[in-house]
Amino acid sequence: MSEFLDILALSVKSLVSQSAVFFALMGVGLNLHFGFTGLLNFGQIGFALLGGYGVAISVSMWGLPLLVGVLIGVVASFVLALLLGLPTLRLRADYLAIVTIAAAEILRLAFRSTPATPVTGATRGLSGFGQDFYSLAPFETQRTYEFLGSTWTGREIWACLIGWILVTLFSLLIWQLMRSPWGRVLKSIREDEDAVRSLGKNVYSYKMQSLILGGVIAGFGGMILVLATGSANPDQFQNANTFLAYAALILGGTARVLGPVVGSMILWFIIAFSDAGLAALIRNGLIPDEILSAPDVANIRFILVGIGLMLLLIFRPQGIFGDRREIVLDAH
Amino acid sequence: MPTDTAHPLHGLAWDIGVAKPDPTIVVDDMVRSFGGLTAVAVEHLEFQRGCITGLIGPNGAGKTTLFNLLTGFDQPNTGQWSYDGRPLGRLKPHQVARLGVVRTFQLTKALSRLTVLENMKLGAQGQTGERFLSALLPGWKSQEREIEARAMDLLGRFKLDAKAQDFAGTLSGGQRKLLEMARALMSEPKVVMLDEPMAGVNPALTQSLLEHVKNLRKEGMTVIFVEHDMDVVRDISDWVVVMAAGRVIAEGPPESISQNKAVVDAYLGAHHDAPLTVEEEEIVLAEAEVAIAAQQAEDADLPTEPTRGL
Repeated sequence: MSEFLDILALSVKSLVSQSAVFFALMGVGLNLHFGFTGLLNFGQIGFALLGGYGVAISVSMWGLPLLVGVLIGVVASFVLALLLGLPTLRLRADYLAIVTIAAAEILRLAFRSTPATPVTGATRGLSGFGQDFYSLAPFETQRTYEFLGSTWTGREIWACLIGWILVTLFSLLIWQLMRSPWGRVLKSIREDEDAVRSLGKNVYSYKMQSLILGGVIAGFGGMILVLATGSANPDQFQNANTFLAYAALILGGTARVLGPVVGSMILWFIIAFSDAGLAALIRNGLIPDEILSAPDVANIRFILVGIGLMLLLIFRPQGIFGDRREIVLDAH
Repeated sequence: MPTDTAHPLHGLAWDIGVAKPDPTIVVDDMVRSFGGLTAVAVEHLEFQRGCITGLIGPNGAGKTTLFNLLTGFDQPNTGQWSYDGRPLGRLKPHQVARLGVVRTFQLTKALSRLTVLENMKLGAQGQTGERFLSALLPGWKSQEREIEARAMDLLGRFKLDAKAQDFAGTLSGGQRKLLEMARALMSEPKVVMLDEPMAGVNPALTQSLLEHVKNLRKEGMTVIFVEHDMDVVRDISDWVVVMAAGRVIAEGPPESISQNKAVVDAYLGAHHDAPLTVEEEEIVLAEAEVAIAAQQAEDADLPTEPTRGL
């Protein structure tokens, strides 16, 4: 019984963990792109990479203050959105998808390449840029705290706290934007670009604004990720994360302000629960070693997540917060 | 218009490219070709302000392409066109719309997952809240209330007010046509271009749509519409322009069109009313036989053809 409670406590911790924060921020940006504007961005992780490395490089390589690093991270993801959007947003949606997926991979490979070592640290990555960030915490970050039945380091608490504040601020921003006429134009673009053009709206400019804002939000996600983990490493920014963020978004419900946030929390709860649960079952001999051994668990959990998502799409395609009528209309 | 002896287009010659007393849109030497196909080739065409001009022609005549060109959705290979003396060349669709030239589409573009009311509100021009930074401040609220009142008023006129909170995707085809027209009117246009507004609309609704179109003229708007139903065209047009194979082949008041030989030929083919005589039939058969024989001879030649390039 106590083992079960431990597993539960661990899973509850992952509800609000740094991973949940990171994917919530990625998802909030993706929701703006995909859910509200209909833009297919398959390289969201590229924006997070630039945000994260923006902070890491500025602080640890160039010795700049944290705030300047944050600014550089924002500008970098802003510029990436411009570069990707300028040639593709006049074209059909699939062009953006292709270009973003390629750009994310190019960025990761460029940052981990040997010639980039003096700036990015290549495969070893960068570390030691978090002191400014953690010195801002109003509590002791060197010790550990007992919280909701699990153990947290002070650093974890501070990073997650700032992360959730950002999630809240960006969600409020999206909420306000989406109830304004600006958001109405975005949703209309998702439905039919030509109709919006014929009514005198500059569709290209709105799509660009959406791409930039969503990209910058993902950039903040990347910053939280590198600050929470204490290192910026190219392999943290594999493009599989973009699709995991899509999974979180669809789980929570697209085009709903809270969809990606709750989706990300539940996704990480499920991952942590199945992870710890399977490990416990193997440890106690309830699953024989021949079928599943402890090292397999890391892979099995994503298979379980995949099956769960398939079931979700069959039985509740609108996600947790979505409106079923919209899915029905979409099918036409 | 039985009693309009004072009609501005009365007494105008029924010539292609005839000058109108008060033209709003003027087209000159406009050519648009797709590869080898010339979709539109219009030498000179004027649309009278405040009138309803019907644009007719068989399928593939270039009517919709002309609409696309006039509204910036497509760019011609050559040519000039202007609206109120202002050249429209190279303008983007939204720039044309902002000048007051608003179009609808042949395949209706209702924004399905927005409510009918949201569809309407999108049509309003010059909204402060559509700018990113202003959207974050509450300053747009009062304008929004004005727009909503205007939208509800228009929806009432189009008998869609009961549907205001429904998703536009749940409307019937005819209701979508109505919504699209009402949405275009939200932008307070000066020229309305309707691409087959009656297609797929049931006859009962057609009458009310026709009344709406006539009302636009009453309110001083210029209407240009594409339509296939000749009864509709006769009923509401002040002037009719006929296109075939990309060219304007006739224009004039509606009563002039059905007697026009070029128009009848374009719709039905030049020899539609002359049955083949026995002699003609024999000539056609003989030609076919010659063609078949030539084909067979060619096929027989193929194996003995010397192989080249080896």
